[in-house]
Amino acid sequence: MKEQLQKDFYNSIKNLSLSQKDIEIKKFCLDNFIDKGFPNKKEEDWKFSDINQIIKNNIGELSFYNDQASTNKVDTSVFVDGLEHNKIVFINGRIEKIDFEYEKKDQIEIIDQSETINEFENSNSLSDLNNAFTNKCFKILLKKGYQLAKPLIIYHTTNSKIWSKNINLRLNFELDKDSSLRLIDLFNDVSEKNFLNIFYNFELKENAVLKNYKVDKLENKNIKYSFNNIDQDKNSISETFILSSGSNFSKNEINCNLNGVYASAFVNGVFSLSNDKHHEIRSIINHSTENTKSYQLIKSVLEQSSKAVYQGKIFVNSDAQKTDGYQLSKAILLNKESEFNAKPELEIYADDVKCSHGSASGSLNEDSIFYLMSRGLNYQQSRELLINGFLLDVVEKITDSEIKNLIKNMLGIKE
Amino acid sequence: MDKRQKEINNLKDYKYGFSTDIENIQAPKGLNEDVIKFISNIKKEPTWMLEFRLKAFERFKVLKEPDWQKPKFPKIDYQDLYYYSAPKSMKDKPKSLDELDPKLLETYKKLGIPLQEQARLNGIAVDAVFDSVSVATTFKDELTKQGIIFCPISEAIQNHPELVKKYLGSVIPTSDHFFATLNSAVFTDGSFVYIPEGVRCPMELSTYFRINASNTGQFERTLIIADKGSYVSYLEGCTAPMRDENQLHAANVELVALDDAEIKYSTVQNWYPGDQDGKGGIYNFVTKRGLCKGKNSKISWTQVETGSAITWKYPSCILKGDNSVGEFYSIAITNNHQKADTGTKMIHLGKNTKSKIISKGISAGSSDMTYRGLVDISSKAKNSTNYTQCDSLLMGNKCGAHTVPYIKNKNSESNIAHEATTSKISEEQLHYCQQRGLNPEEAVGLIVNGFCKEVLQQLPMEFAVEAQKLVGISLEGSVG
Repeated sequence: MKEQLQKDFYNSIKNLSLSQKDIEIKKFCLDNFIDKGFPNKKEEDWKFSDINQIIKNNIGELSFYNDQASTNKVDTSVFVDGLEHNKIVFINGRIEKIDFEYEKKDQIEIIDQSETINEFENSNSLSDLNNAFTNKCFKILLKKGYQLAKPLIIYHTTNSKIWSKNINLRLNFELDKDSSLRLIDLFNDVSEKNFLNIFYNFELKENAVLKNYKVDKLENKNIKYSFNNIDQDKNSISETFILSSGSNFSKNEINCNLNGVYASAFVNGVFSLSNDKHHEIRSIINHSTENTKSYQLIKSVLEQSSKAVYQGKIFVNSDAQKTDGYQLSKAILLNKESEFNAKPELEIYADDVKCSHGSASGSLNEDSIFYLMSRGLNYQQSRELLINGFLLDVVEKITDSEIKNLIKNMLGIKE
Repeated sequence: MDKRQKEINNLKDYKYGFSTDIENIQAPKGLNEDVIKFISNIKKEPTWMLEFRLKAFERFKVLKEPDWQKPKFPKIDYQDLYYYSAPKSMKDKPKSLDELDPKLLETYKKLGIPLQEQARLNGIAVDAVFDSVSVATTFKDELTKQGIIFCPISEAIQNHPELVKKYLGSVIPTSDHFFATLNSAVFTDGSFVYIPEGVRCPMELSTYFRINASNTGQFERTLIIADKGSYVSYLEGCTAPMRDENQLHAANVELVALDDAEIKYSTVQNWYPGDQDGKGGIYNFVTKRGLCKGKNSKISWTQVETGSAITWKYPSCILKGDNSVGEFYSIAITNNHQKADTGTKMIHLGKNTKSKIISKGISAGSSDMTYRGLVDISSKAKNSTNYTQCDSLLMGNKCGAHTVPYIKNKNSESNIAHEATTSKISEEQLHYCQQRGLNPEEAVGLIVNGFCKEVLQQLPMEFAVEAQKLVGISLEGSVG
């Protein structure tokens, strides 16, 4: 793998106009990655999902070089109907379009940050891989007091031109004081057997509101890793919703730092898996100052031999008195081959806190099915009703009604 | 103010912090094959036992000291320990209690062990372990009548080799983790219990361990076998004298329950926790594992952990037999600079297996408490259930309480429920109690005892009273 990485790395930087220093930095990240390799199950955070092995078994040899010289045609048919929105379009990892047509142009700034690298706490070697190979990175800055009129949808499209590729992409967001952003990540993958490695960094200033909805619904054979770092200042709110369903393997990590008083974070997720899919959500909420709040709700419905993993951690610093932290994960296993693993963790160093977590997994309640059937529904209908109701609980937590309806439609949940 | 502080300090002084002057026979310092042969030789062990030890030692040589746990500790120099230490006067074993060294008896009196008449009154049979050799075993006759074997394990190796050979290492193999393997190589003594088929042990069996000689590690090994349809309740209590340096305690406890058998294992651990600045204290790295081998068998662990500088143990149940039950009740209290990383593992292998985990953690001062547990329901363990509850109570903002549960469900017909909370004693509760005339310390004691009640209830009567007092003593001075 080492020669492949180095060869692809030099091919990638050849086309970029980078200064010697930038190349050095990227080279350093590459060497770090070569040194560590893909994370494997010997690392505590990857205990349940050995991505090294998964890539080996599903893809085999990856190639890291992407020819991004030519543009791809933007296929407008994937755009969401019936919801006016701003767009960022990625095709095969290349930014094809940034379009804030509904917004005031002077309130949003798009800054090229391609030469910077990310450094996050609680991260891993995939961050090094990302730093070494992303060649374009933008920072989207929302100016003070500006609230986006329409949601922003980021389309992640891959087409059948790519195969056994590693795609790295990176975006930074800064939400200045009193600003707000609604962001939907929509994955449309037609390609097969690629490894997508996505890093987002959000910086929320005082009173800023971020709502991020990640929707991976379309069946595909790709392997996805996504890392969101969210830094929150005073009074800011972040809401993350993850619909984890389409890809063959997917791991979403949310690393949220509540640095300002009265900041709050919400992480809600739905796993709806079938076949041999293996998905994971890992969240780390760092309560580093007092009066911060976090809430997490994760629900899974697992069919066939699918596997879901939830690792949630609430960390409370000794200064973070009056913290309110809550975490609940529930899973329904529909098939005897399916598997649910959880590691809900609390690490607490302050005494005046209210922290709790719950986790339950089991089969569909036969008594409830009996109840519904005695009211005239057949077995299939009762089962669907119960499963929908189970998942609806999480979808209802979405605070934006437009997007809530959109996601409900996508899930096919009727009220 | 000063007077009050003094009183608190007096109370907090370790009650069992005395050491007895008795001449010791020690193995040469260090760990090597010769020392293991020395131990085996002095105990007049058969060759298969020596082979068992040497095999473990071979394995030990390639193992590395684990470092994933939360409480970090300075590297232990395993060559700087004495692996065997026995009171000299024990060389010719006394025939009865009267022949015992009076100093020994005095020690036990200070510890409050009912070794003689009290034992009869309390109906407890005691197998006391003083450093590494078991000194006296009471109530032997009464137990023998029922066919129960309750003796030091070194005696069992001589007299019941077929049982020891069959079961020793069957739950904790010689190839297990670092400390368990170390124990397998150098274990000195411990208790052996065998309950024959269909016998319900008429009394609570009990051991008292005590580390006396300075610089010795205590490596005891306990093996309890409950044959078909039998029942036994076993108590274990631990104390150690006050010393500046840290001492290592790495015991192995193996339980085997055959068809329809039940084993109840209770521990009150009050090793010396170190002084207020965290100096000294015992490293309590114990491996406890029970195997529900037969159908309908049951193993229940109850522990009250108040002592030790570092506690690091996970009493586990392997639920192999169909319909078997595993239970774990725990109270862990840490104060000053104590650190505890404790919990359980419930491995469900058989059908219709059930497990229950109740863990209560209390941390005060600058201490750190971690619950770490595993519930693993395999794909064959149909219709199994687990219920886990772990609650933590924090006192003061310098301490930490952590929960790290691992939950694995590979079976759609099984149910797992887990809940955990962390909080402090609410002002309202304190206010309510104080309003009714309790001082703050009493109020906290009352609330904490209520918090722990679910676990305390599981202890046998005699122990429950002692444990309740212990809970109070451990927390004295942590509020106000």
